[in-house]
Amino acid sequence: MTQDVVIVGNGMAPGRMLEHLFEAAPERSRVTIFSAEPRVNYDRILLSSVLAGAKQFEDIVIHDDDWYARHDVTLHKGQKVVGIDREAKIVTSQGGHRARYDKLVIATGSFPFVIPVPGNDLPGVVAYRDIDDVNTMLGAAKAGTSAVVIGGGLLGLEAAAGLRERGVEVTVVHVMPTLMERQLDPAAGYLLQKKLEARGITILTKANTKAIVGSGRVEGVELADGRTIPATLVVMAVGIRPNIALAQGAGLPVRRGIVTDARMVTVDPDILAVGECAEVEGNVYGLVAPLYEMAKVAAATLSGGPELRFSHADTPTKLKVTGIDLYSVGDFAEAEDREEIVLRDAAAGIYKRIVLKDNRIIGTVLFGDTADGAWFNDLKKKETDISAVRHSLVLGPNGRADGALSDPLAPVVALADDAEICGCNGVCKGRIVETIASKGLTTLDAVRAHTKASASCGSCTGLVEKLMIVALGDRYRPAAVSPMCSCTDLGHDDVRRLIKAKSLKTIPAVMQELQWRTSGGCAKCRPALNYYLVCDWPGEYADDYQSRFVNERVHANIQKDGTFSVVPRMWGGVTSAKELRAIADVVDRFGIPTVKVTGGQRIDMLGIQKHDLPAVWAELGKAGFVSGHAYAKGVRTVKTCVGSEWCRFGTQDSTRLGIRIEKFTWGSWTPAKVKMAVSGCPRNCAEATCKDIGVICVDSGYEIHFAGAAGLDIKGTEILGLVASEDEAIEAIAALLQMYREQGRYLERIYKWAKRIGVDEIRQQILGEAARRRHYFERFVESQRHAQVDPWSERAAGKDRHEFEPMAIFAQDAAQ
Amino acid sequence: MNQITRQWQAVGSIADIPRNGARRVRLGEAPVAVFRTADDRIFAVEDRCPHRGGPLSDGIVHDGCVTCPLHNWVIDLETGAARGADEGAVRTIPIQLDGDTIYLCASG
Repeated sequence: MTQDVVIVGNGMAPGRMLEHLFEAAPERSRVTIFSAEPRVNYDRILLSSVLAGAKQFEDIVIHDDDWYARHDVTLHKGQKVVGIDREAKIVTSQGGHRARYDKLVIATGSFPFVIPVPGNDLPGVVAYRDIDDVNTMLGAAKAGTSAVVIGGGLLGLEAAAGLRERGVEVTVVHVMPTLMERQLDPAAGYLLQKKLEARGITILTKANTKAIVGSGRVEGVELADGRTIPATLVVMAVGIRPNIALAQGAGLPVRRGIVTDARMVTVDPDILAVGECAEVEGNVYGLVAPLYEMAKVAAATLSGGPELRFSHADTPTKLKVTGIDLYSVGDFAEAEDREEIVLRDAAAGIYKRIVLKDNRIIGTVLFGDTADGAWFNDLKKKETDISAVRHSLVLGPNGRADGALSDPLAPVVALADDAEICGCNGVCKGRIVETIASKGLTTLDAVRAHTKASASCGSCTGLVEKLMIVALGDRYRPAAVSPMCSCTDLGHDDVRRLIKAKSLKTIPAVMQELQWRTSGGCAKCRPALNYYLVCDWPGEYADDYQSRFVNERVHANIQKDGTFSVVPRMWGGVTSAKELRAIADVVDRFGIPTVKVTGGQRIDMLGIQKHDLPAVWAELGKAGFVSGHAYAKGVRTVKTCVGSEWCRFGTQDSTRLGIRIEKFTWGSWTPAKVKMAVSGCPRNCAEATCKDIGVICVDSGYEIHFAGAAGLDIKGTEILGLVASEDEAIEAIAALLQMYREQGRYLERIYKWAKRIGVDEIRQQILGEAARRRHYFERFVESQRHAQVDPWSERAAGKDRHEFEPMAIFAQDAAQ
Repeated sequence: MNQITRQWQAVGSIADIPRNGARRVRLGEAPVAVFRTADDRIFAVEDRCPHRGGPLSDGIVHDGCVTCPLHNWVIDLETGAARGADEGAVRTIPIQLDGDTIYLCASG
């Protein structure tokens, strides 16, 4: 007996279903298709090829008109179905066509999610779903025009690459920190971004679209940070939503998609759903492999033959952009019972990560060399125990383990000849390598003498030595460098120099280019790298707050009971009746249990609940208070005595100078905390001679001190030198701070840094060489331009609210 | 049916938690720390370090672990056990992600 099968939708899933059905039971079904699009079934995966100009529409057609005729299929083109009468088993289209069914297959696919911003309906805003969208894009995007693609996922990036092929200036706006974050880890996301940027595509991550602007037609995209990117075309590719309205209207159960069982049948035994609109066993899908699997299962169900059941399988992700090799499959999250094997080749731009659990592969991310993807996926599917081949696993089926997977010299080998190795003396790699060869140098001292590299602060010694190993091989054996953490062989100094030499501006960039052994770093290296990047790329680097300790994340000091303490800035330790009254009011209003005067001449309010912090700051802000940064690896306090304004022994106005220094330096992040003081005479009431930086005022001027300590270690300061004016003192102090910021290892206090670099060398660079001091000073000033934003007022105004408020609050019985 | 649904409590969306971050959920007296890893997995443990009771939701999240902000104990999020030489464990709380919505098992 022949059955009437009606299909709503003419995409790839129902097309494939019919192929299976006609093969299994050729005479069983009389098929009618309603297609909302006015054309035959075509390969949507190849839309990117049409966009890029590699193919025409005719090339991507799957079923031409002959095919429908041959199989006696009635195809209603351009007929959207508007209703299903399940009682009478009849569907009705917009154009009034009606069809009776024995079996109905809903394959309505998905629709693109359009972000709810003003201007999203302007002409020139398109999605990227069908051939009409592609034609619209090609019509609007001529060479030399500019386009913005919103969304850095699979679809968005394929659209961006296709448009770029056509000569369009393309900017991708992506809300997450890395591209394709659902399929790639941050390391692979970084490499992908680099590769796309090399093609001339601009990538903006962490970018929120605020509005699409234009009068009558798209003219640009406005971001939340105030930037506007001009564009005559905006492609919306932020995601898809299963198209469930028709099914819902017919009273079929829907969740994210149309709910079906493993045979693709809905609660109505005569109605099936396949494709992106279907939710099978709780999952919805967008990649073609599972959709084809659904098609096969649905065909079996319709044919009445042996039953098939849909089962979930991880689908590998690949990006269809020529020249970009990327592959990811499975679960690549980190956990204690999992291990990872990471291979990075910075020079070749390769990243491979295999995630193992109980000696079996559960996930794979490959970038740059994906030839072995299928092999890894096969091992994963078969749950093969890989213990026997573990040492060479990441090299693939033909790989042999010949020694260490990660060559510690590789980052240095990969450096360009003009990469600067020694920042103090401006010596690049080429010069060092060339001098070693031409002069036959074999010792570090000789290289220093001839090139000046590492002859000043010595921070780049490790790198110079690595270059010597590359040049001399076993003939040179350097002293061991202690690595930053177990994620790398490189020491802090090497990492810092390489960040500059290779212009590395994100944490994933550092980890890839310096061949980190872990995919995401650890609690030791992440805060250090975040500081180095904040310091080295002011205004450019986006501070990664999740890599900061809680105190710096919430701008207060955590206490033993989980409450916080708050220390407002009192410039130079000077306060007023108005400020004290404001503090007293805040203490009363918030019931703050303890108020304490600190060693740095500040007032500390202790025992504040985290969720009260923004309100406390808002109140303090009304009296003019800003953050005292008492929680920061940064500039904290400048303590002063009353100086010549009141004291009968005072030689200079130490209070005024202290305030000036503090106003100049506040907000600066440093390797470790920095405490300063200014005393008005050598009696030294401000105790400046045990501070990180101190000033002792004398009749002839200002004696600048540094490298004192009064904590775990006790150490008197070293004298930097005597200057005649306040302005000179400030320039020298700022230059000294900047030198320390650029060279200090994370958590290394000034006195330890000074011991390592040498007090004489620091004195020479800061006071002996005016031009060098000036350069340090200017870099400090530039950095301060971005750093001097009061974090308390930002948070009182609502920034980072998630840090302060619980996600949810329930009384215990509410859950019962 | 009723018995099953009442145990799971929707507490918010995954987007409410930054990657490599955590949020606190107050469920009656005992606060719960809900974590989101770099690769979008979620975990929930009692928000109290087994060492000195520190708020784990304020720690740095890394490698499927959190480092307590008070004394740097490292707690594995999957098992709740302290890593390394330290001995102790926090209670883990069943958690589920459905779409973008996070559900905690209230009576866990």
